[in-house]
Amino acid sequence: MHLAYPLVVAALLFSVGVYGVLARRNAILVLMSVELMLNAVNLNLVAFDVWLRDQVHGGQVLTLFTIVIAAAEVGLGLAIVLLVFRNRRTIDVDRLRSLAEDGTAPAPVPDGPDPRREQGPGQAERGEAAASAEGGVTR
Amino acid sequence: MTGQEVVFALLGVVAVGAAVLVVTTRRLVHAALWLVVSFGALAGGYLVLTAEFVAWVQVLIYVGAVVVLLLFGIMLTRAPIGESRELDSGDRRAALAVAVATAAVLVTVMVMGFRDAYTPLRAGGGSADALGAGVFRTWVLPFEVLSVLLLASLVGAIVLSRSDIGPGPDGTGQDEAARPDSGGEG
Repeated sequence: MHLAYPLVVAALLFSVGVYGVLARRNAILVLMSVELMLNAVNLNLVAFDVWLRDQVHGGQVLTLFTIVIAAAEVGLGLAIVLLVFRNRRTIDVDRLRSLAEDGTAPAPVPDGPDPRREQGPGQAERGEAAASAEGGVTR
Repeated sequence: MTGQEVVFALLGVVAVGAAVLVVTTRRLVHAALWLVVSFGALAGGYLVLTAEFVAWVQVLIYVGAVVVLLLFGIMLTRAPIGESRELDSGDRRAALAVAVATAAVLVTVMVMGFRDAYTPLRAGGGSADALGAGVFRTWVLPFEVLSVLLLASLVGAIVLSRSDIGPGPDGTGQDEAARPDSGGEG
């Protein structure tokens, strides 16, 4: 087999993943796009392992390691996304702007209420955390 | 173009097409299901490349575990099940430009660099026998480190997702009730 086939497929998959990470707003869809990029890397590793005829199978073993790390990453990422949802009631990455500097606020999102709080962030988070602790039993 | 290349090209078209649908569909659950198609086609590609053990691990972990985790995440964040226009960001054109530029650069470099690279495929190179020998002889130390990493991520996910650990209602620190059993996990 010509090596160009898996390499081109991997490059296209990686580009699709880049588009998804940049264009999607839902945090879970961003995680899916990251998985696509990791799969592109895996395909490259397998293709080069087959091409180089590695005696100790470094490429395929590293592919297994990457798959395990991707599973750990998506588990932790979903835990973080769920925590963000519990505290902020949204997982739109465009609206999570607590780390932005003052004066660099973007144009407001046209649809839906603006989740940025006007009062101090500590008070808001505490209130939301208490509310979610009360509501967490029923979920 | 040999038969193997034809099969791999078809599987690659399916994988990339399903991936494009993952990043463009307006339904969140459909995105997760198209992800199954993409990963399945990639597993078929691994089979064509004689990496059979990696193909089955791909089916087990990606199709079996990761997609189910993502579906759980979709349900637990109360995402809209039906059609939704809020999944895409506002700057899609910039993202498309960056993605097309990435694809152009990567495909150009790969085709220019490996245009003549050819290898005949021989079965057995990626069997569980060969890979098991590789993992437990040469790569046993990274394997053990990886198990520690998995344990750490498991503990981290549990700590993050338990609601009775963390700042209490008074905001001063640990919850009174959770303090005894949360001390040993740090």
